[in-house]
Amino acid sequence: MSIGWFLAVSALIFIIGAAGLLTRRHPLMILLCLELMLNAGNLAIVAFARMHGAAEGHVFALVVMVVAAAEVAIGLGIVVALYRNRVAVDADELRELHG
Amino acid sequence: MAELLFFIVGPLAVIAAVGTVALRNPFFAVLSLVVHLLALAMLFMLLQAQFVAVVQVLVYVGAVMVLYLFVTAYVGGDADPRGGSGPSLRWLSYAIGASLVVLLAITFIGSGLQAIDTRGAPYDPELGSPGQIGELLLSRYLVVFEGSALLLLVATVGAVVLARRRRGVLPGEDRTISALDLFAPTGTGSMREGVGAINPVPGAIRARITPQTGAASPPSAEFDDGDDDGTEDRR
Amino acid sequence: MSPTFTAWTVLALPLAGTILLALGGRGWRGVGAGIVGTATIALAFVFSVLTLIGLLDRDAEGGRQIASSLWTYASSGGVEVRMEILVDPLSVIMLLVVTGVSTLIHLYSLAYMRGDEGYPRFFAYLNFFVFSMLLLVLAGNFFLLIAGWAFVGAASYMLISYWYRRTTATAAGIKAFVINVVGDVGLVLGAILLLRHTGTVDFLETFAAAEDTFAGSGSGSEGSLTVALLLLMIGAFAKSAQLPLHTWLADAMEGPTPVSSLIHAATMVTAGVYLIARLNPLMELAPTAQVVGAVIGLLTLLVAGTIGLTQTDLKRVIAYSTMSQIGYMIMAVSAGAYVAGMFHLTTHAFFKAMLFMAAGSLIAAMAGEQSLDRMRGFRKAMPFTYGAFVIGGLALAGVPPFSGFFSKDEILAAMAGEGGWMWILVIGGYLGAFLTAIYTWRMIFRAFWGPPCPEAQELEDGRLYHAPDHRNPATGELEDTHVGFPGPEHHIAERALPMRIAMGGLAVLASVGGLLGIPKVLTPMEDFLLDPVFAERGLHHPSDTIIVVGMVVGTLIAVAGIYVAYVIWGRPAQEGRESTAISSGWQERFPRLHRLFVNKWWFDELIHATIVAPARWLGRFFHDTFDRLVVGAGLVGGTTGTVRGASALVRRMQSGYLRGYSAVLLAGLAAVLVYFLAQS
Repeated sequence: MSIGWFLAVSALIFIIGAAGLLTRRHPLMILLCLELMLNAGNLAIVAFARMHGAAEGHVFALVVMVVAAAEVAIGLGIVVALYRNRVAVDADELRELHG
Repeated sequence: MAELLFFIVGPLAVIAAVGTVALRNPFFAVLSLVVHLLALAMLFMLLQAQFVAVVQVLVYVGAVMVLYLFVTAYVGGDADPRGGSGPSLRWLSYAIGASLVVLLAITFIGSGLQAIDTRGAPYDPELGSPGQIGELLLSRYLVVFEGSALLLLVATVGAVVLARRRRGVLPGEDRTISALDLFAPTGTGSMREGVGAINPVPGAIRARITPQTGAASPPSAEFDDGDDDGTEDRR
Repeated sequence: MSPTFTAWTVLALPLAGTILLALGGRGWRGVGAGIVGTATIALAFVFSVLTLIGLLDRDAEGGRQIASSLWTYASSGGVEVRMEILVDPLSVIMLLVVTGVSTLIHLYSLAYMRGDEGYPRFFAYLNFFVFSMLLLVLAGNFFLLIAGWAFVGAASYMLISYWYRRTTATAAGIKAFVINVVGDVGLVLGAILLLRHTGTVDFLETFAAAEDTFAGSGSGSEGSLTVALLLLMIGAFAKSAQLPLHTWLADAMEGPTPVSSLIHAATMVTAGVYLIARLNPLMELAPTAQVVGAVIGLLTLLVAGTIGLTQTDLKRVIAYSTMSQIGYMIMAVSAGAYVAGMFHLTTHAFFKAMLFMAAGSLIAAMAGEQSLDRMRGFRKAMPFTYGAFVIGGLALAGVPPFSGFFSKDEILAAMAGEGGWMWILVIGGYLGAFLTAIYTWRMIFRAFWGPPCPEAQELEDGRLYHAPDHRNPATGELEDTHVGFPGPEHHIAERALPMRIAMGGLAVLASVGGLLGIPKVLTPMEDFLLDPVFAERGLHHPSDTIIVVGMVVGTLIAVAGIYVAYVIWGRPAQEGRESTAISSGWQERFPRLHRLFVNKWWFDELIHATIVAPARWLGRFFHDTFDRLVVGAGLVGGTTGTVRGASALVRRMQSGYLRGYSAVLLAGLAAVLVYFLAQS
């Protein structure tokens, strides 16, 4: 099984995640799409690790998972805080940083 | 055999990803992501990354997705919010997606990635085993390991801070500091006073609570302040 | 005392006077300022005489041209500029004329300007003018010449606009200054051109190097010398009010009469004549420039003469006569009759200054009114003034034995002796003399003969006429008598001794000045001037026949002119009739000619149409259109607009719109990927 197939799958998932990121408005959904993209990256790393026969890729995949977990925690904390303070949970409404 | 498995699991992963993006109901989207993650774990297995696959299932699916489900239940949000939105990015996103697909096609149909068509590394049973990974983590990638631990700590603290309810000082509750506070007995306003261990209020009925288990177990008294937001007022 | 020491003293005295008078300011009371001013110039005259004596003591060959330098002002690029004066017969004669006539005019002003609130300022300005004129005359190099030239222009402006609250006076001052500046430009350019070829600004060095540089093997050619001289002569024409830069002189009569007498008759307007005479070694090498100068002089004297026939303002008639006489001088020194030109300069200073003084007295008797139409019959009321006018008029017309006769005839005889194309100049000169006699005596007959006008009648009865209110004589605007306007008092010669002394002195000089140059008999001026200033340059002596014939013709023309004036204006005035100019319809017979003369040959209108109006249009265009649209809206507005537009464009990216940011991110990623894919 050549690696290319795995990479193709990874790329497809990445694209799907990117498209979803641009389209969805609920912050929760945006985070989900981010997860998709991260996982696509993970798949690609692991595929290359197999190609080279090196376990460093696995280590990095673990670290990516750690980062993803941390990021999810914070992101969901923000969503919860938004919801609690009666701010509209809509990415399009959160524009106070506009220039 | 591997190919067959791949061609079942691969499309499954893609379809689940599409489901995540396209489904309107957030619950179903999260569940779709769970399916996707499980498919991805299968793919990891196919790539001889068994440890990573297991960790993926345990941590990612087991913890992160559960967290997602909790928050989805809390926040709700049945569908994407209606109403006025910012400038529509539909066409832009299609354009980006299309360009990325084209890129993909070029990389495959073109000969730019000949490197990956050659034979990979030979089969090494040790690859992907926990032992090998553990060894790497604690020798060459120690800093990475510790750093990610620190990152987790920071994230935890941050999550707690973010989700904490802050009410602010209500009118009539302002605490002014006066010089007479110097003459107040020690421990005023502390937790010990709050639980009645020191500075007893004259006329209060003290119910002394002894530790149930272990030495110096903290008293698990609940002081009901009337509302049910799960935090306690300290008086 | 060496002549250079006395010359430096002559230069320093008026400067000291100016500073003293200026620093005193309002502190000077009564005639104090006048006495100080007059004393400094009188002392300067004494020192001028000493300079003359000192110079006469020296030998004629080479010893009489002394350059004395105080210090070196600048020395760079091989050019040395020193603060130096040149003392030689030419400058000494100018020194004597300037200081002598100035002393008398200061004396005259002592009485004439009493009552004016700016009395000290007047004398400070007059002293400054004398200092500038002396600086110009004594300058030993082009540098100081240009400095003196500019100062004289400034002093003229200050004195013409002396009554500064009169708009006509300030406008006239500006006009004079601007036209003089045009001349200054020519002067400076000419000096630079000469500097470029000769490498020196010094007069004596330039003259010594002239032959080699421009006619021999030097870097210049006759063409470049001609151009340089023409540029310098533009300066001379502007200062001496020759065509076409003459329009300022008539308007300059807005200044007080002593100013007209000093500056616009005797001294400043002769600076151009002096310049050309000073540059005579160069003029000899450029015949084209000589021709140009002579022709301009001829044209000026004829045009000014015709205009003088029709003017009704008393001072303007005399101004145009000045212009005409200076035309004679310019014609003379350009053609090569240097001594004759300088002689006429001297005599003209005498009688013209006196004529202006007498005009001032007459105007005072009219309480400021200057129009000839209102003056009549002052002969019995003002005998002294009348006598001064008669002597001046005879000298101006060129009747022997007065000085004007000898000087004018010497010019014409010298040119007739040369022959050739100069006969045109001679014929023009005699025609001009005829016109001069006519308009001069027109003025005298109209003002003094006939039954007395009301002001004259009052004066005969013993009272000086005072107008009920003070008005601008030209426009009739109401004025007051505080500073900036003329004072309330009017002084006439019959009642003021200083005025009589001054006019008397000049009358004597105008009468006997001819002794300076009676041909063949007594020629002290020529002997003094010839070596080393003019040497063998210039026109040769005319033959005796030409001299005698010239004298006879000159006398006849002068007498004929006076007779014509008598017939047209004198006899009818005596008989109490209208002048035959009006009654016989001369004005109706030649209406177009009359209009041409009365409008001063439309030079003012021409200059306004060709220079002033386009300049004003250009200024308005640049202000309204160019500055507003191109610079304001285009350059400045365009720059700010571009920046603003660009920043607005960029600002749209800062929408705060999360999905927009992520879109940009992904677009960037795609771009990078495309780039790397294209690279591989």
